[in-house]
Amino acid sequence: MAMDAREIEKLIKTHIPDAIVTIRDLAGDGDHYAASVVSEQFRGKSRVQQHQMVYEALRGSMGGALHALALQTSAPDN
Amino acid sequence: MTTAHDRIEAEVKGNDVLLFMKGTPAFPQCGFSGQVVQILDYLGVPYKGVNVLDDAEIRQGVKEYTNWPTIPQLYVKGEFVGGCDIIREMFQAGELQQLMAERGIPTQDNAAS
Repeated sequence: MAMDAREIEKLIKTHIPDAIVTIRDLAGDGDHYAASVVSEQFRGKSRVQQHQMVYEALRGSMGGALHALALQTSAPDN
Repeated sequence: MTTAHDRIEAEVKGNDVLLFMKGTPAFPQCGFSGQVVQILDYLGVPYKGVNVLDDAEIRQGVKEYTNWPTIPQLYVKGEFVGGCDIIREMFQAGELQQLMAERGIPTQDNAAS
């Protein structure tokens, strides 16, 4: 089962409301995406913690409905 | 009886650099696992690969152990460092090399200097 890019964005924003989410469909199959997520909530957190926040937002989708999501996270530049 | 959790912990604690991956270091069976293998090989870091495709209990168990939904997963000195994206970012920023040096893991760069 594939997932829509807008659906991914919506899930992330529900969990991290201030997130600026950019999603690219890498293979055009609705299954391999690259996402960049920028949020003030990431500030001071390790990369592992930042990614875990996004994974939490996506709940069980990662590794299931969503096979592959290349993830890049950061806090906004001031 | 040893549980999957016990076996995962034994691997993590028993190996300075441990990679849970799909396939083996010689024959990765997923692009993400392959990328981490390439980075570790490039750095010349000694590591052990555990093929999660060989063992359904480990495959599921490691996701719960780390609270991380995807494979590969890299551990250094018992500490979870990250998945493919994080490892690549750290490598490109020179942070992975730095981490290995701080933890006393030999790399080719160190050997050459």
